[in-house]
Amino acid sequence: MATEAHAAEGATGYIIHHLTPLHVGEGFWTLHLDTLFFSAVLGGLFIWFFKRAAEKATSEVPGLVQAFAEMLIEFVDTQVKDSFHGHSKLIAPLALTIFCWVFLWNFMDLFPVDILPLIGSMMGIEYLRVVPSTDLNATFAMSISVFFLIIFYSIKIKGAWGFAKELMFQPFGPWLLPFNLLLKLVEEIAKPISLALRLFGNLYAGELIFILIALLPWSIQPFLSFPWAIFHILIITLQAFIFMVLTIVYLSMAHEDH
Amino acid sequence: MSINATLIGQMITFALLVWFTMKFIWPPLFDSLEERRKKIAEGLAQAEKGQEEMRLAEKKAKGVLKEAKEQSSEIVNLAQKRANELVEESKDAAKKEGERMILVAQAQIEQEMQKAREDLRQEVARLAMTAAEQILGAEIDQAKHQEIISKVSNQL
Repeated sequence: MATEAHAAEGATGYIIHHLTPLHVGEGFWTLHLDTLFFSAVLGGLFIWFFKRAAEKATSEVPGLVQAFAEMLIEFVDTQVKDSFHGHSKLIAPLALTIFCWVFLWNFMDLFPVDILPLIGSMMGIEYLRVVPSTDLNATFAMSISVFFLIIFYSIKIKGAWGFAKELMFQPFGPWLLPFNLLLKLVEEIAKPISLALRLFGNLYAGELIFILIALLPWSIQPFLSFPWAIFHILIITLQAFIFMVLTIVYLSMAHEDH
Repeated sequence: MSINATLIGQMITFALLVWFTMKFIWPPLFDSLEERRKKIAEGLAQAEKGQEEMRLAEKKAKGVLKEAKEQSSEIVNLAQKRANELVEESKDAAKKEGERMILVAQAQIEQEMQKAREDLRQEVARLAMTAAEQILGAEIDQAKHQEIISKVSNQL
């Protein structure tokens, strides 16, 4: 892709350049350094903020940092309690991490499309794609982790045989076993794929529209990018929220024994 | 746009973040929330209890006040009664004392009169003697007539 970007000129070249990640390695062992870097930095930001709040956590009158952290905790806890009825030490922190991390990824989309790549190019970095959620690797990494957790909890709660029975005998009973199995497998596999692609698609399209707006004459740009950015504030929060809620729902389904 | 090793890196990062959140972030913040919730609930319950206690105390105070009023009016009544009694008693005592004093005075007067009468009698007797002496002259036998005189003076 890098060579293509060099070859193409004008608008296409600009778009391709913007959507090409900074990468090293070949084939499967390619690493998208920008995705890894920005998601790690944003994860660090999330951890730093909450750690600060957690260290000073008091049941007396909370400070601003703690109040904000507690607001998020309450919000996530409400979501978890609404859809998840089991007991799990993992699920609420998992949901919090997903919500905050995805939100921060998506938030990178609100930076002007050219500013971080420009700073990067000053430092000699040729390609820089700053929004981790426009990288399928990032969204799939998260959804596949969730998928593993779904499998893990299904087996843990229902037992290996119980889970297998559920795959084989539902929803149409033992006489339609192959059909059941096929249906269930598709259902299970659809979960991580839809999670990852939904987030990726929304953010990729959003980023693309910002890039397209950036190609227009400068006098028109504000009238388009401003409303789109405002609309995007809704989208980035909503996508983070959807990812979190669906994770909770999937995991609560894994906990339910039929 | 391809799936590659970045996926693995991202999964590791994600796992680390979730682990850290689970271990160090969620529990203290959630606990502090729970603790505050409990504190607030306790505070509210205590406020409720305090109000209830205040109501009770007010009621009790009213009762005590009423009782005290009743008692004081009773005491005042008793005191008035007693004062009346005292007045009556002292009136009686004064009356009796007066009567007694009158009696004493009358007795004294009687005595005085008796004494005066006695004196008068003796004086008359002596005068009579003197007169008789003068009338009868020096020939009267003192011893012989003394008897007669004292008889006369006794009859007086």
